Amino acid sequence: MIEVVSHGRCVACDVCVKVCPMDVFERGPDGIPVIARQSDCQTCFMCEAHCPVDALFVAPLSGPAPPGSPYTDEAGLAASGALGAYRRSIGWGGGRTPGSTADRNYLFTAGMAGQPGSRAPG
Amino acid sequence: MTDLCLDADVLVLGGGPAGAWAAIEAAAGGASVVLADKGYCGTSGAAASGGNNLWYLPEDAGVREAAMAERETAGGGLTDRGWMARVQDETYRQVNRLAGWGYRFPRDELGVERRSTLQGPEYMRRMRRRVQRSGVRVLDHHPALELLTDAGGLVAGAAGPRRQDGWGRWEVRAGATVLATGGCAFLSGAFGLNVDTGDGHLMAAELGAELSGMEFSSVYGMSPAYGNHTKGLMMRYARYHDEDGVPIPVESLGAARVRLARLVAAGRPVYARLDRAPPELRQAMRDSQPNYFLPLDKAGIDPFTTSYPVRFAYEGTVRGTGGLRITDAGCATSVPGLYAAGDVATRELITGAASGGGSFNGAWAISSGTWAGRAAAAFARRRRPVRHGLRANGQAGLRPDRGGGGLSGADVVRAVHEEILPLERNLFRTADGLRRSLDTLDALWKEAVGHLAGSDGRSALRAREAAALVAHGRWMYRAGLVREETRGMHLRDDRPDRDPRLRRRILVGGLDEVWTAFDPVAPVGAARDERRPA
Repeated sequence: MIEVVSHGRCVACDVCVKVCPMDVFERGPDGIPVIARQSDCQTCFMCEAHCPVDALFVAPLSGPAPPGSPYTDEAGLAASGALGAYRRSIGWGGGRTPGSTADRNYLFTAGMAGQPGSRAPG
Repeated sequence: MTDLCLDADVLVLGGGPAGAWAAIEAAAGGASVVLADKGYCGTSGAAASGGNNLWYLPEDAGVREAAMAERETAGGGLTDRGWMARVQDETYRQVNRLAGWGYRFPRDELGVERRSTLQGPEYMRRMRRRVQRSGVRVLDHHPALELLTDAGGLVAGAAGPRRQDGWGRWEVRAGATVLATGGCAFLSGAFGLNVDTGDGHLMAAELGAELSGMEFSSVYGMSPAYGNHTKGLMMRYARYHDEDGVPIPVESLGAARVRLARLVAAGRPVYARLDRAPPELRQAMRDSQPNYFLPLDKAGIDPFTTSYPVRFAYEGTVRGTGGLRITDAGCATSVPGLYAAGDVATRELITGAASGGGSFNGAWAISSGTWAGRAAAAFARRRRPVRHGLRANGQAGLRPDRGGGGLSGADVVRAVHEEILPLERNLFRTADGLRRSLDTLDALWKEAVGHLAGSDGRSALRAREAAALVAHGRWMYRAGLVREETRGMHLRDDRPDRDPRLRRRILVGGLDEVWTAFDPVAPVGAARDERRPA
């Protein structure tokens, strides 16, 4: 679930408020989004993907992170590179190439579900 | 709070791939189009978060024929050759257009573009742009809660609340309406699926729509036990073991689903590790399925070397195949003026009793969206615009007939979850178990009709979703009782064999009284009815 909105990084564009399909955020009085309904978060990472400044962190848990969890420690997440990890892996953001160009799913679906070719080893 | 009232030739409900393709095609046919999404067109639904492999096959008659034969067998003989061929053709044509809209496909080592897969966030970002460039008016955060009809009973649009505009009311009056609201995953929490609560099916059923294949609704995806990420393809490289490290042998992905689920249902922990993945393929695996690896990376787990506990997350009719019955080549439903595209419609025609997850649902969304959008535009052209005397048809959860109060959406969702989410009720079915659950769900439906309502905009939306979940549970289990056999994903532990007489599609419908019938249209194609133990 969504755990972190970095006030230091956030530029109050409110893209996350708009793109969240579950309407989890509210625009705060200073324009910085507030996690208003964490229990509605479906852990789909779409807000992370769309945040232009890597200010959001969605923990990989289907429930809220326990108190003191590293998933709520903004400084630790920033230091480890966890903020913005999804955008990097799908190649979104200035100067990056869309991850779709590196997609090799055809290797793994060959010979399955009617796809031509023979199955990959393994 | 402001209300919004618009007129359009075509109204599309839902902004996942099926809705986007429908809107683009309707606009290309000269129609004025409004697309309303419960969430945000570009992030809503199964495809945006998960991505799709596609039933995208080269223009080679032999390859396409073999692909149909594969589905006939996997789908338990309930498919239709004519529809499969149409979907193969249309998917091929439309995906090739996507390349021209800026989606950058990968090239293989021979420099050939490979177009049989779409990464979700990028796919749906491109689709949103294309929808907007087509002149479609997009209404994000405008969930549809009910259909409007004119005096003649034709569907004439839809209405609902404006979720990010102070919960005012929106209404779009339209000559034709396309439902592309997705399947129903019961708010189970599976990856990206909580948007999909079957609202469209409920609206359609209130006008008498027929559904088909609702017994094929028992797909659970494997995810890390702490999470909800049910990406399946990489699991082909998994080995499994129990809490003592004792290997659990499985022959295939399909066999793994059933054998491991039985263990988990019995309370036994199961662990997975991708140690069958050849080292030289591991980077390609990461590049191909970033959203399989992301939740593991975030948890500090290297799945190639470290095993992780798995659970089964329920994916309902999203990865199942049941949905609204399609009555013609333009994806009309049995309700005049109402079309269905994507997961809200049955996918039995192309995948039968087998999961449509990935390839088939992805191809179906593209094809059925295109056809529904085109047919809806044509229908709207033939019809005089309707502006007055429209009737709003929403009942359960919206307009309780004995007054609201005493029953909230959250209460109902909890009660439905007890009957629908447990593996031992929904995956491993028996007549007795289905009947017991139906007793509970039938009583819950009566309660919901009488009393279920919200107290504000948000809880009203949840109440309506909850009513849709109850309706789905009853359709699924009623159809599951009629299918007194094991076929495809539908496992009847009390009927482990396939019954050749049941190579028929099963229709279901109704709300206060649920009915079932065999589809008078028989499956078309080679029959394969070898008996096979579950």
